[in-house]
Amino acid sequence: MAELYDRYSSVVYAVALRVLGDTGAAEDVLQEVFLQLWRNPGAFDAARGSLASWLAVVTRNRAIDSLRKRRPETDIEDVVLSVAPDLAGAAELSRAAEKVRGVMGSMAPAQRGALEMAYWEGMSHSEIAEKTGEPLGTIKTRIRAGLMALRKAFQT
Amino acid sequence: MSEHEQFAEDLALYALGVLKGDERGKLELHLATCAACRLELEQVRGDMALLAMSAAGPRPPRRARQRLLDAVALEARSAKTAQSAAHRSWWGWLGWAATAAVIVFALSLWRENSMLRATLASASSRAAESSRQLEELRKIAAPIIEPEAQRVTLVAARTPPQPQGKAFYLRSRNSLVFLANNMPALPPQKAYELWLIPTSGNPIPAGVFKPDAHGSASVVNPPLPAGTEAKAFAITVENEAGSAAPTTPILMMGAGE
Repeated sequence: MAELYDRYSSVVYAVALRVLGDTGAAEDVLQEVFLQLWRNPGAFDAARGSLASWLAVVTRNRAIDSLRKRRPETDIEDVVLSVAPDLAGAAELSRAAEKVRGVMGSMAPAQRGALEMAYWEGMSHSEIAEKTGEPLGTIKTRIRAGLMALRKAFQT
Repeated sequence: MSEHEQFAEDLALYALGVLKGDERGKLELHLATCAACRLELEQVRGDMALLAMSAAGPRPPRRARQRLLDAVALEARSAKTAQSAAHRSWWGWLGWAATAAVIVFALSLWRENSMLRATLASASSRAAESSRQLEELRKIAAPIIEPEAQRVTLVAARTPPQPQGKAFYLRSRNSLVFLANNMPALPPQKAYELWLIPTSGNPIPAGVFKPDAHGSASVVNPPLPAGTEAKAFAITVENEAGSAAPTTPILMMGAGE
């Protein structure tokens, strides 16, 4: 566990802190995510992608639950993901981060905004539509298209 | 627009945890029987992982590491104590058939509950009762339908584990629960497909599934034509989106017990 922590705690903490904006709350999520992995190591399926990717998604979901003060909605066993790029080492993670920032930077501001509100703030499509005054369908499409743009950037 | 395309936007919202109510229910029902959409959901979560990588910030404080290791050590000690003090309870002793009957009943209750909620506002108290019963039944059924449940198949000593499937079909309620274990891993882009073999006519698709790392899998309430009498059930290997008719030889088959 110490070895896993040393390798991945930066990713987990960075994601939790980005969502929560509070170091104490981020530390609590960090602790919870690693404890859950320790209790149930079988929840992560190594055949589907790197542990860093899985931890990032589990952490984001837990942090959003904490931000919105709700009970965890999904079990970590239910988080099955498939990701193309190899994110096993620090160098790959750093390269991926740079690439993602590039893709996000090149998105139209309205699309980036919708995706970031949904992802980092856990806002629903209805809440985003209300906030931006745009149709619900447009917001749904922007969120989906934003995620697809990221996928596409890593497929080429 | 294909059915899968219709669900594409909802899959992203579902992965983000913001799809609620009827939309979520419909998508979950579809996911239970559609391997292509389950794969797309996994890929959307992969996209989410990529987006997470853009977060950057300071490293966690040093005390966080010790706090975690202390918590792990504490849990390890208490787990050891608990293990020696208590025996596990095993729902498995109830037997496959009895437990499956509970699941089928639970699923039919769920259906009944959904219909009630949609059409009979005045019957809200009954719906609440159904929900309560459903929740209790789900708890009972959890040991065989939850993916993390420990599954143990007992066979004659010195017999290597064989692939095994159990189908529980309640024609009057149009409910089918299928459980499999020891299923061999599949080639990429392939999935197992379950078939209902009617007393007359062609095999009817009854769900596509992929076993987990332990060879276990389940299909719960695939869409089936109402009131079909089943002569047998069979399994073939098909493309992961599923086929309308078997395209490969039958791997496993069983008739009613």
